[in-house]
Amino acid sequence: MMLGRTANGLFWMLRYLERAENTARLLEAGLRMALTRDLVTAEEEWRSVIATSGQQALFEASHEGYDGMSAWNFILRDKANPANVREMFGAVRSNARLARTNISSEVWEAVNESWMQLESKLARPISQSAVGDVLATIKRAATSVHGALDGSMLRDEAYHFARAGTYIERAESTARILDMKYFLLLPSLSYVGTSVDSGQWDQVLRSVAGVRAYSWLNAGQIDARSIVQFLVLDDRFPRSLAFCRSALRDNLTSLARMHGSEGDCHEIMRAADVHIAEMTVERIFDQGLHEFLVDYMARNAAIADAIAEDYRFLA
Amino acid sequence: MPGYQPGDADPFDEMYDPAGNIRPAYVDYCDWLSAQESNSLKRKNAEADDSFRRTGITFNVYGEDEAEERLIPFDMVPRVITAGEWRRLTRGIEQRVRALNAFLADLYHRQEIIRAGRVPERLFRQNEAWLPHMVGFTPPGGIYTHIVGIDLVRTGPDEFFVLEDNARTPSGVSYMLENRETMMAMFPDLFTQVSVETVSNYPRRLARSLAACVPPDAANPSKPTVAVLTPGIYNSAYFEHAFLADQMGAELVEGSDLRVVDGRVQMRTTSGYHPIDVLYRRVDDDYLDPLTFNPDSVLGVPGIMDVYRAGRITIANAPGTGICDDKAIYSFMPEIVEFYTGEKPLLPNVQTWRCADPDSLAYVLDNLEELVVKEVHGSGGYGMLIGPTAARREIKAFRAKLEASPENYIAQPTLSLSTCPIYTKKGLAPRHVDLRPFVLVSPGGIDLTPGGLTRVALKKGSLVVNSSQGGGTKDTWVLKD
Repeated sequence: MMLGRTANGLFWMLRYLERAENTARLLEAGLRMALTRDLVTAEEEWRSVIATSGQQALFEASHEGYDGMSAWNFILRDKANPANVREMFGAVRSNARLARTNISSEVWEAVNESWMQLESKLARPISQSAVGDVLATIKRAATSVHGALDGSMLRDEAYHFARAGTYIERAESTARILDMKYFLLLPSLSYVGTSVDSGQWDQVLRSVAGVRAYSWLNAGQIDARSIVQFLVLDDRFPRSLAFCRSALRDNLTSLARMHGSEGDCHEIMRAADVHIAEMTVERIFDQGLHEFLVDYMARNAAIADAIAEDYRFLA
Repeated sequence: MPGYQPGDADPFDEMYDPAGNIRPAYVDYCDWLSAQESNSLKRKNAEADDSFRRTGITFNVYGEDEAEERLIPFDMVPRVITAGEWRRLTRGIEQRVRALNAFLADLYHRQEIIRAGRVPERLFRQNEAWLPHMVGFTPPGGIYTHIVGIDLVRTGPDEFFVLEDNARTPSGVSYMLENRETMMAMFPDLFTQVSVETVSNYPRRLARSLAACVPPDAANPSKPTVAVLTPGIYNSAYFEHAFLADQMGAELVEGSDLRVVDGRVQMRTTSGYHPIDVLYRRVDDDYLDPLTFNPDSVLGVPGIMDVYRAGRITIANAPGTGICDDKAIYSFMPEIVEFYTGEKPLLPNVQTWRCADPDSLAYVLDNLEELVVKEVHGSGGYGMLIGPTAARREIKAFRAKLEASPENYIAQPTLSLSTCPIYTKKGLAPRHVDLRPFVLVSPGGIDLTPGGLTRVALKKGSLVVNSSQGGGTKDTWVLKD
């Protein structure tokens, strides 16, 4: 037996953790890109990072132009940005506190220790020389919480709600990053298949921690089709859309088994499964990658809403 | 111990007698201590702090923006009580708790004590904690205060006094438990050398005691569903609420999880509504039921009082018990104990002047520099004057308050609280302490866990032990025979 509010807390604890980690990777990729480009391109780069994080309007309201220092401070800790990483991690911790009786002390301590470290590192503006360490701390925080979760939690409802949050958020993030870059780089079908700006795609792969895995699978060849195959359809890569969907399916199946019945979320999930099972890279490009991603994100959001409804997250 | 200067007979030092001999309670501990290297102690002290921060045992202090959560400092020298001392305390505490419950039952029924002229009627009529809704209603098992904290102070070898009764929602028990866990983790060998009564079964005892208070018309009479009601994660004692629920295997619920469904208080689970039989609530009476009390409350459950009156849920502690926390009521406790038990109180009160009484008021006003003056409804060390350490300006301000509404105040002599050693950078040093044992009451009887929360004033010479005012805590040992 578990309270609906607690299930909601676990779900969002892991969603915020995932969001914080993905944001750190996005910044890391931007940082690297900006270092290897001239000033004008670098400014464009930071604009794209802010846009991918979904905060363009808010950023431009308080800044004249784009530069690295303002971009990462805005995303990591600026009070003008209510969705900064410090706030995200604060939300991870308050959700962990709220679900305290349903997580192991290992998970709680991993969250709490990470939060203490980040609070002190994010307390003051972050300089060029410090930003790398901050980003590494955020990624390490996520790794230690995931490790504690997998290593110490009973595979009961609590675990599956937490993991459902992970995969909903991760799928959303990968889809958004891909959509943002695709939209910027390949506005029309005629570009598909032509040689691409490998630097930009390298950055996409970096923001999903997939550079090495991709290179290994594709012997260093960078082209749009292979990247889409990798990020959308390859269910071996833990941040691909197919992987996230499949992992989410396992969590929802376990929940249905424990409850002895399925809900709307299972039905929506099945329809989405059929849809993605029929996909090939060709079909995705025929339909339009952007259209495909928008549809994927809509289904993802519908599953999340149905989970909240089916399991009485809110009064 | 080198460098430890407990002073003379006053204040009473619990480790040393005035001749410099170690008292029996501390002999085994001191044997162990003298074999420790001072560097290793220093290291352990830092470890304890880290461990509390990591595990998140923190205490929210209202009105502090910066430090939303703060640690209550932990001191690693235990406070030791002998088996004999504890036996005497137990008898006194049990007597007092029996009297408190009998008093509440009487107050909400026939009011014999008032008819007998032993306690004035105005005392509870003017009291905000008095709940007319409880009149004529008998809570399940006839128990009003299921969990009680009795605050004790010591001034001599056999002189223990009750300083306060906490019959509403005593807090701090999680510190009793975590302090012991920390001590055992830090000094495992110490516990092999000294035989100390365990406190770690408190959550099990609490669960058993609550389950024994099953309401007459329970949904699950044989295995009652127990839940802990918390105001939420921003409450100063949230850590304790979560900790106790976790250790008891009970659900930790908030008002928004609960609803009256089919005449029962039920919690919203992932598979639908599930009825609760016993609710250990850690929200105040006023917030419990917006239909009956504060209509703006979002912390409680609309309609819970109707379910309660229908005998379908037990609320622990019962609404309306807070009246016993009132310091004007406290001043009558010797009469109350005698009235209901027919015995003299085994644990005396601290001498108390009720400022409502003109003669007492005159005495108090003449002797403000010597006395401790407390607000009748105050708690947590707020709204009080400690005459001997107060600035002249403070005393003047208090005099004005006293003259304006004397019935809001009581006064007590400035007690010379006993001292215990704490660990400081310069070695052990004596500091003033008090003690809060935790008492469980059920139809099965009174259950007192051997130990409690020792609070210690960390500042040299200070008598204020409240955690909200810079006090710390210690592990409290009751030695085995």
